[in-house]
Amino acid sequence: MYSQGLIGADGATEETEEFLAKFQARIDREEKIEPNDAMPNGYRKTLVRQIGQHAHSEIVGMLPEGNWITRAPSLRRKAALLAKVQDEGGHGLYLYSAAETLGVTREQMTEELLSGKAKYSSIFNYPTPTWADIGTIGWLVDGAAIMNQIPLCRCSYGPYARAMIRVCKEESFHQRQGYEILISLCNGTEEQKQMAQDSINRWWWPALMMFGPHDAESSHSEQSMKWKIKRFSNDELRQKFIDATVPQAEYLGLTVPDPDLKWNPDKNDGKGGYDHGEIDWDEFWRVVKGHGKMNRDRIKDRKKAWDDGAWVREAALAHAEKRAARQTQHAAE
Amino acid sequence: MSNETPLWEVFIRPRNGLSHKHCGSLHAADEVLALQAARDTYTRRGEGVSIWVVPSKAIFASDPDQTAENFEPGVDKVYRHPTFYDIPEEVGHM
Amino acid sequence: MSAPLFNALLELADDHLILGHRVSEWCGHAPLLEEDLAMPNMALDMIGAARSLYTYAGEIEGEGRDEDQLAYLRYDREYKNCLLVERPNEDFAHTMLKQLYFAAFMHPYWEAALQSNDETVRGIAGKSVKEVAYHIRHAGEWVVRLGDGTEESAKRMQDAVTELHPYVEELFHMSADAQAAADKGALPDREAMRTQWTNSISNVFDQAKLTMPEVEYPQLGGRTGHHGEEMGHLLSELQYMQRAYPNMSW
Repeated sequence: MYSQGLIGADGATEETEEFLAKFQARIDREEKIEPNDAMPNGYRKTLVRQIGQHAHSEIVGMLPEGNWITRAPSLRRKAALLAKVQDEGGHGLYLYSAAETLGVTREQMTEELLSGKAKYSSIFNYPTPTWADIGTIGWLVDGAAIMNQIPLCRCSYGPYARAMIRVCKEESFHQRQGYEILISLCNGTEEQKQMAQDSINRWWWPALMMFGPHDAESSHSEQSMKWKIKRFSNDELRQKFIDATVPQAEYLGLTVPDPDLKWNPDKNDGKGGYDHGEIDWDEFWRVVKGHGKMNRDRIKDRKKAWDDGAWVREAALAHAEKRAARQTQHAAE
Repeated sequence: MSNETPLWEVFIRPRNGLSHKHCGSLHAADEVLALQAARDTYTRRGEGVSIWVVPSKAIFASDPDQTAENFEPGVDKVYRHPTFYDIPEEVGHM
Repeated sequence: MSAPLFNALLELADDHLILGHRVSEWCGHAPLLEEDLAMPNMALDMIGAARSLYTYAGEIEGEGRDEDQLAYLRYDREYKNCLLVERPNEDFAHTMLKQLYFAAFMHPYWEAALQSNDETVRGIAGKSVKEVAYHIRHAGEWVVRLGDGTEESAKRMQDAVTELHPYVEELFHMSADAQAAADKGALPDREAMRTQWTNSISNVFDQAKLTMPEVEYPQLGGRTGHHGEEMGHLLSELQYMQRAYPNMSW
């Protein structure tokens, strides 16, 4: 999903060749770039866009799973889900903070999200009609996110890398939480197994789309790789995800909804891997452009929370002013 | 937009005996809410026993353009390190 | 003793589950991101306490019912929570005030429960007393800010006080089961928390510039299962999976 952060990124810079070469040399030496360091405009813009979209994805990502907090089937599941969705909020918070080190405020980013100017991962525009979807999201969506995020811990931009280290540490329970839910379903009744299969049928392809367009179509990827904002290509990560996930589906006794999926012993330099069918990129672009089932609802929900909360934020600021005035007066007396 | 909730930097002491360490930022209207938000955000997994919050605007940073003049002169003063001095082995640990 | 203690534990457990459930409804919709982190912490504390209380109630009952059977598989009339906790969230002012009212009651209650002659109750109290101490602070600081913030927030806060105050009395109300459990020294006397509750709330209200209303007709009935209309909707969500797919494990 995070590579989707690069869609439409404008890496154009106006700096001199010498400046760019010096910056590139720092990157090549694996030096981290910190907030006040000189950096090409394109580097800054790419990061603001990518970190912002990553943060928005976490925040919007609270909604599809939050949809089941009040209906979780046991108290153990309810607590775990609540803690997980809370974590997503925390990750959004860490990421907004990282972006803020580049001179953009959280409110600006929020307004861009609400106006539709900023994007977020297309995966969260799919609905969660059944409890099995909570399992599948944890397993597939968080699984795909982890694949993307682990290399980001080594991103060249210090604050982003540090935020990602914290995120990855916290996320380690999310995928297990989801997979455990599916194990319960797959060990359960026929209805439960069907619920699980129906869910993987709906989420498999959207999960693969999270890695973004094919490398050949992903025009901004190359610059991001050079700047070490990104460490692996979309297709490399997608392949890694498929290879890791198919055996997990087999363990559950679930069928991956791809008739062309098959083991290819020659793949991955002879280590073997799975060939897979073609992704429906029309669907991907449709959802990215706002025409998924839930796009409008997600933004409406976020906008409602933001607008309904305005009086609370204003009250807190008004009170802070009064407090500060009283403290000054008190000190003067 | 003019009325944005201020940004704070959060420092956590993981346990007594260690210093507070910068762990992240957050937004809050005042220091009391900032401390609570820090507790609710950054200590959910037993990360600490004490919190500092500092308004981000109160932090002044050294200029990265002056990094060389600030820090490189400190690198080559080898006589500030114990290994610079030759003491015969017979003297023992010093 | 076992039946009264079982019922009295259910009163406590239901209070925690239902309020925890209400707070959890906010997740993803808070007025600022920092509160989206804070409110689930409170909800998790409440749900955690509910789980311990249900589990212990099930042991006391001795019929093999576990936390989920007690939490999910009773009819609405069998839930014994006080009416305060089932009240809808309305806005952030209502939500924080409800949390403050409840926590300001539970804090002295759990402190007293540390002296219970029941070891399990002492254990639950020891953990919960710290959690609710923070809830008082967190919710209390917000009540102060909203009460003494803008004109709009002050009005919303005072409205919340007017609407929720009639539900306070029930916190102190002793059902026959709670009385029996108190007589045996297993659980504290709810009536005894009145002074401390009033002191904590007055302290917050002074700073928040809120006035404590006189309540002529307190709302009671939750302990005997006489709930408001909102409770049925809450239960229809809470119990959805267990009712739609009976006898399955998740």
